[in-house]
Amino acid sequence: MSYRNDPYDPKQAALLAPEVLEAAVAEAEKAFAAAADLDALGVLKPAHLGDRSPVSLARREIGSLPPAAKSDAGKRVNVARQSIQGAYDARLAELELERAARVLVEERVDVTLPWDRRPRGARHPLTTLMEHMADLFIGMGYDVVEGPELELEWANFDALNIGPDHPARGLMDTFYVDLPGLVMRTHTSPGQVRTMLTRQPPIYVVSPGRAYRTDDLDATHSPVFHQIEGLVVDEGITMAHLKGTLDHFARAMFGPDARTRWRPHYFPFTEPSAEFDVWFAQHRDGPRWVEWGGCGMVNPRVLTACGIDPERYSGFAFGMGVERTLMFRNGVSDMHDMVEGDVRFTRNFGMAV
Amino acid sequence: MKLSLSWLREYVELPAPVDAAELERKLVDLGIEVESVVDQAATIKGDLVVGRVLEIEELTGFKKPIRFCRVDVGNPAAQEIVCGARNFAVGDLVVVILPGGELPGGFTIGARKTYGRNSNGMICSAAELGLSGDHSGIIVLPPESATPGTDARPVVGLDDVIVDVEITPDRGYQMSVRGIARELSYAYAAAYTDPGSAPAPAGTDQVPYEIRIEDTVGCDRFAARVVRGIDPSAPSPEWMQRRLIAAGIRSISLAVDITNYLMLELGQPMHVFDLNLLRGGLVVRRARPGEKLTTLDGVARVLDAEDMVICDDSGPISLAAVMGGETSEVQPDTVDVLLEAAHWDPVMVGRTARRHKLFSEAAKRWERGVDPRLPLVALQRAVELLTTHAGGTVDERILDLDHVVPPAPVLLPGDLASRRIGVAYPVEQVTELLGQVGCTVRGVEPLEVTPPSWRPDLLAPIDLVEEVARLGGYDAIPSVLPPARGGRGLTPEQVRRRAIGVALAENGYVEVLSYPFMTPAAADTLGLPADDPRRSAVRLANPLSEQEPLLRTTLLPPLLATLKRNLGRGERDLAIYETGTVFQPHLAATAPPALGVDHGPSDEDWTAANAIVPEQPWHLAAALTGDVTPAGWWGEGRPATWADAIEAARVALAAAGMTPDRVTVRAADHAPWHPGRCAAISVDGTLVGHAGELHPSVLSALDLPKRTCAMELDLDAIPARPVTMAAAISTFPPALIDVALVVDAAVPAADVETALVAGAGDLLESVRLFDVYASSQLGEGLKSLAYKLTFRAPDRTLTVEEAVAARDAAVASAAARTGAVLRGA
Repeated sequence: MSYRNDPYDPKQAALLAPEVLEAAVAEAEKAFAAAADLDALGVLKPAHLGDRSPVSLARREIGSLPPAAKSDAGKRVNVARQSIQGAYDARLAELELERAARVLVEERVDVTLPWDRRPRGARHPLTTLMEHMADLFIGMGYDVVEGPELELEWANFDALNIGPDHPARGLMDTFYVDLPGLVMRTHTSPGQVRTMLTRQPPIYVVSPGRAYRTDDLDATHSPVFHQIEGLVVDEGITMAHLKGTLDHFARAMFGPDARTRWRPHYFPFTEPSAEFDVWFAQHRDGPRWVEWGGCGMVNPRVLTACGIDPERYSGFAFGMGVERTLMFRNGVSDMHDMVEGDVRFTRNFGMAV
Repeated sequence: MKLSLSWLREYVELPAPVDAAELERKLVDLGIEVESVVDQAATIKGDLVVGRVLEIEELTGFKKPIRFCRVDVGNPAAQEIVCGARNFAVGDLVVVILPGGELPGGFTIGARKTYGRNSNGMICSAAELGLSGDHSGIIVLPPESATPGTDARPVVGLDDVIVDVEITPDRGYQMSVRGIARELSYAYAAAYTDPGSAPAPAGTDQVPYEIRIEDTVGCDRFAARVVRGIDPSAPSPEWMQRRLIAAGIRSISLAVDITNYLMLELGQPMHVFDLNLLRGGLVVRRARPGEKLTTLDGVARVLDAEDMVICDDSGPISLAAVMGGETSEVQPDTVDVLLEAAHWDPVMVGRTARRHKLFSEAAKRWERGVDPRLPLVALQRAVELLTTHAGGTVDERILDLDHVVPPAPVLLPGDLASRRIGVAYPVEQVTELLGQVGCTVRGVEPLEVTPPSWRPDLLAPIDLVEEVARLGGYDAIPSVLPPARGGRGLTPEQVRRRAIGVALAENGYVEVLSYPFMTPAAADTLGLPADDPRRSAVRLANPLSEQEPLLRTTLLPPLLATLKRNLGRGERDLAIYETGTVFQPHLAATAPPALGVDHGPSDEDWTAANAIVPEQPWHLAAALTGDVTPAGWWGEGRPATWADAIEAARVALAAAGMTPDRVTVRAADHAPWHPGRCAAISVDGTLVGHAGELHPSVLSALDLPKRTCAMELDLDAIPARPVTMAAAISTFPPALIDVALVVDAAVPAADVETALVAGAGDLLESVRLFDVYASSQLGEGLKSLAYKLTFRAPDRTLTVEEAVAARDAAVASAAARTGAVLRGA
């Protein structure tokens, strides 16, 4: 049936009839709603929105209408087409959402599977603890200085007021070598001697490092151990400044409750001298005083030997064992753990102590 | 040093009773370390009571005579006790420990059947109570000295408190009752009587024995007295024995015990000779090299020219100040004695003691300094004690050769203590505190302070400041943080070591800190060539282990030992690293110039001294074995290879700020690595280390797993990190072109890459080798290297023609330099 030759008879344009268009919309809506998945929806689309779909065919017939009727029919077709397109889009979005949700379910994995393909390394806690201690002093304006471990006997002993006949020289249990005038340094203090010989006051330095004494390795001793020592030489330095520095350091290390307690003692390189304890509230066996190190005012004889005028300058020095600090701070009970290099001990600490 | 509280109380009026914790704290605050404070009464647990022997039944038929005793211990029924001693009779008062008690040494007493009888307790000897070494019989108390059943402890002297203290090496005066009592008098503000100031007769013109000092430097005072006709069998009084035993000194004989007792009380070591065993006059002199002397400990000693000796006509009879000789020793039948109290040079005594390894109680005191004004006081006390307990006649003549130089005054600015300590000490307080320690203070400013004779350690103003601070109390010192000074932060080397450590740890390596010692065999084990500088090592004169007397010249021996220890503990996959110094001795070993301590060394001397100090560069080493990636549910593990060791070196160099273009990797043949799997690593053309797989024979010798790899770098050889300049980042798209080049299998990939880079020009952004393969199709002795080249211009999108031209130039350069042929071309 064709009405093209009779474009002036609107009654012949049956496809444009409102009820026909409404039926096409209803049919399309029903078909789209019934589409179970995106594929089915794709198959249905040409029948309702394609070139041969009822609304497309109806649109072609608009041209055959008299001019007065064209506008009205055009609006009807458009409304119908928009309704069908809308129904299609809504169903499409619905099905896409369904598919996305289904993919997420299908892609689920067991996130509890271990992924330790890249073993973690670790730095030795003595290294990181020494760095931590040094950093606290850097924060107070100190520099970090070092010196050789195989050291001039003069710098290790004589310059520090430990003369050849000094009783302390016998007590030091020194490692000697087959070269004259050299020893394995028994403390990190010769690093301070070197500093005084190469810098003018004001001197504010710490020297962390290795030292050697002929102790046999046992639970609390090691022939090779680490110290951190501090030295200040300036005008007007007093023992009160030493106390203030150690108290501040103790608080920085162990918290606001930490403080130091001094006991008069003897060291050849300081006078007056003291041994000091620290109040350590976090001790695993309960808060307590823990022996920590030695300190004192730099003996004027030491300043003189290092070319510094003891009339003009005074100073203080202090030192503590890094192993000892690690033992009480981190609950290490046996020196062997720190020297044997067992990776399980070190891994436990990771990158910081 | 152990001393009893009752002894101290003789010279300082301590409160009664003294609280043990307070006593300990006061001693510690004076700088006297306290090892222990022991209440002797607590050393015996349970009931220790006085008993009266009521009946004795002699038991026979045993190996030795045994007594079955009935003893009144204050109960209605008598205590039945079996006893092996025989030195008592019915009616005697004895000391009984009842069942449930415990004697020193953990010896518990129970009721038990022995020698066929029930024994309920034990009758005690002095030795069993820890009072003396007397095992000869049980203690028999003086008649009617106590009531049966009462606590026996105070009766036998077990009511004392023993203080064990550690004296610092500068304070010889504290090594005596005299010195500790003086210190306690400050702490308790208690009255003090100085036994060293007791009256004593002076030396006489006539001497009791001919004695001459040849060397007044070694001996600046020698005093002697003679007592004749003592009773050689007279025992030391019990109180003296108790105090000696409490101090840890064995009771020997009355004369010897008196010298030891006075050493403990006054701090003056003394010696007693049997007068009749001396041959002619005595001479105090230096020993002649090679002279021999057998000391009281039975050791025959060869003497040194620095030792001081006392000689008679027979030669040396005493190693002066340290230990007497056998030939003139007091014998069980000695009736005439010569008592000596001298003053010796502390330096000489210290050297002699160390030389002969004879750290006697006397030597310890001499080395720390003894009051030179004590000899006559000590001798007077000695002859009094001797004649009181053993009779005899004192020779009125007294020898005193006195060359002692009195202490020089020290000039002390009145405010020095305040300036050094940070506490305002008024001059009156300074004067008072110094007066307390025995100094005489005169003058106003500066104060003229004359130390007492017993304080040879007070030589300089700071020594006096220390006494002011100590007696003023360290608790009085305020806590003041000094004003901040401008710090410079870490040095570039320190920053670099930290960065490298962090980088390796983040790449899976675990840090170890090994002892830097190695065995002489290590050089051979590592297969080092004869002329390898790592063979030249510093040797410890007194190593802990004779096995490892050398200081490491490479980090590898200790590091590989640590690797092996971990393998032994069940770890299979290991990656460890260490940073530390190695020790490289200079070939010519010369002594450093003598540097004094009266002023700083001159620049020349300091330079010369440091010239002998071996180079001690910082090295970095790593070792790895097993899997670097473990096997897991994802699949196979990946074993560590030579490439990982080289990568560790690259990681470290990158952390040190060395860009890849500065780092060169070359094949090398270097022990202890596998000659075909060893890389020499250079920065800017300077060798900094090696990496790769270790030599199979080294691994076999060290019993390490096959394919173990290692790396070692000289960190000090790495240039300083430059300031990194920003790279221009082009926003235009890249042109990616892959090329596959066929080269001779022997051509290093690094050479091909270098040639590509050189030829490609500025448009080349990166080059990445993504495939290496060889096959028979390709041809024998050839390999194919496939590269992805990325080209990009800073200012425009490259045209295909531009990119292809750059690619062609790169390939042409590779062809020219390495003989590379473009595959498929």
